[in-house]
Amino acid sequence: MYTEKVLDHFSHPRNMGEVQDANGVGMVGNAKCGDIMQMFIKVNDDGIIEDCGFKTFGCGAAIATSSMATEMIKGKSIDEALKLSNAAVVEALEGLPPQKIHCSVLAEEAVKSAIEDYYKRKNGEAPETEKTAE
Amino acid sequence: MRKVYLDNAATTALSPKVLEQMMPYLTTIYGNPSSPHSFGQEARKGVDHARDQVAKALNALPEEIIFTGCGTESDNTVLFGVAERYAKKGNHIITTNVEHHAILHTCEALEKRGVEVTYLPVDENGMVTGEQVANAITDKTILVSIMFANNEVGTIMPIAEIGKVCRERGVLFHTDAVQAVGHVPIDVKAMNIDMLSLSAHKFHGPKGVGALYMKKGIRLPSYVMGGAQERNRRAGTENVAGIVGLGAAIALATQTLEESAARMTRLRDKLIAGIAQRIPEVKLNGHPTMRLPNNVNYSIKYIEGESILLMLDMNGIAASSGSACTSGSLDPSHVLLALGLSHEVAHGSVRLTLSDETTEEDIDYVLDVLPKVAERLRAMSPLYHA
Ligand SMILES: Cc1ncc(COP(=O)(O)O)c(C=O)c1O
Ligand code: FES
Repeated sequence: MYTEKVLDHFSHPRNMGEVQDANGVGMVGNAKCGDIMQMFIKVNDDGIIEDCGFKTFGCGAAIATSSMATEMIKGKSIDEALKLSNAAVVEALEGLPPQKIHCSVLAEEAVKSAIEDYYKRKNGEAPETEKTAE
Repeated sequence: MRKVYLDNAATTALSPKVLEQMMPYLTTIYGNPSSPHSFGQEARKGVDHARDQVAKALNALPEEIIFTGCGTESDNTVLFGVAERYAKKGNHIITTNVEHHAILHTCEALEKRGVEVTYLPVDENGMVTGEQVANAITDKTILVSIMFANNEVGTIMPIAEIGKVCRERGVLFHTDAVQAVGHVPIDVKAMNIDMLSLSAHKFHGPKGVGALYMKKGIRLPSYVMGGAQERNRRAGTENVAGIVGLGAAIALATQTLEESAARMTRLRDKLIAGIAQRIPEVKLNGHPTMRLPNNVNYSIKYIEGESILLMLDMNGIAASSGSACTSGSLDPSHVLLALGLSHEVAHGSVRLTLSDETTEEDIDYVLDVLPKVAERLRAMSPLYHA
């Protein structure tokens, strides 16, 4: 049911794990089926996502879409990353079964949520030093 | 790569011995059993012999056995049939909240037609008691339908006790024994079972053929209408080869039941103990002892079932899960939720179901692979903090 690309990202996930000095962390969950995705980004002074990572509780598609999403935003500017759509992630994975599209939506949301957190911290709404993740 | 099939609750491999007995009926013996000529009568003999084999396995009479298209059809026949036939007597049916969808979805359809259904809640091990049944029976109750053994968590219900209650109260008792036949000794007379559903593909018979035991004297409308086959109780030209296969498979399974159940129980318990030893924070789902000899069902906390299955499959192991992510539906298995599991823990369930063909080496292999899979997925999980 999954493409080779999906299976590849599932069995060899890219950028898996926390990023220790991340300055943006987002966690989103899909109430629909109880899956949770956590996204870490490290943005440099030029607004480029230098490093990123993910942690996911969910199905094969959820893991593969998170992995692909990190690959697609790494080295990109925040503005570019904000344009990442779930459709683009699905396309990069060469397709997902219809009942798994919502897992890719989660990946898009996780990226946006991490960026939102980055802005919050930058604007002083959240202390720069405090890490949401342990 | 080693291939290990541990999804025998979904379906089993057709036994070569069964296939051998079916072969003539797929080739040279092609007559219609309803035809009076020799071609037909030869096929008829095969069907009659299978009926004897099924009757013998259940301690029933041959005329109490009706062949159907599958276990689901047997279940549907009983529920729709009793609701229609006994509508004057009452409109209340008692079942449980852990039945197979073949029962539950049919009950929901009946509710839309005004039938009242009581879904008895199971305890944390997946059990109901005779007392619960007794307390739920009213003077409007026309049927109690309770599964013999649960397909997901393997819990074996106290069928003899429930049968006794129903007999004393004069209420018809049906059991969906699709998962139990061939694994657990069944005696419809001693257990006071009035109707029983079974399906060949769960005990090394072919797919697409089932049977319904219906105690002498019970008369339900035919669910499939048409010709006079199965003494007007199920129309349609018989699936002769399938029926012969069902008969052969049930005969084989019941002949070797005791030793194969003992063998599987030992392997099952090794798997249960091994998983608990090797993987921290797991939960065995279902009853610790009153469970099918071939069923293991664990929740592995902090990870999700579909990804477990996928990773097991990449290692050649076939299993199943009650996670919502595998079903494409919004909720995890109704059975796991009925046992009181949280959505999160239900999501991490994995079911491993053994067969006669499962070997010690298969179990050792799973005990080697599964902990690694759990560890890898937990390393990815935001919920897990080692
Ligand atoms: C308990 C139970 N009832 C009914 C069925 C349906 O049987 P069949 O596949 O023959 O329709 C199954 C099979 O999954 C089952 O496990
Ligand atoms: S995480 Fe549940 S379907 Fe993908």
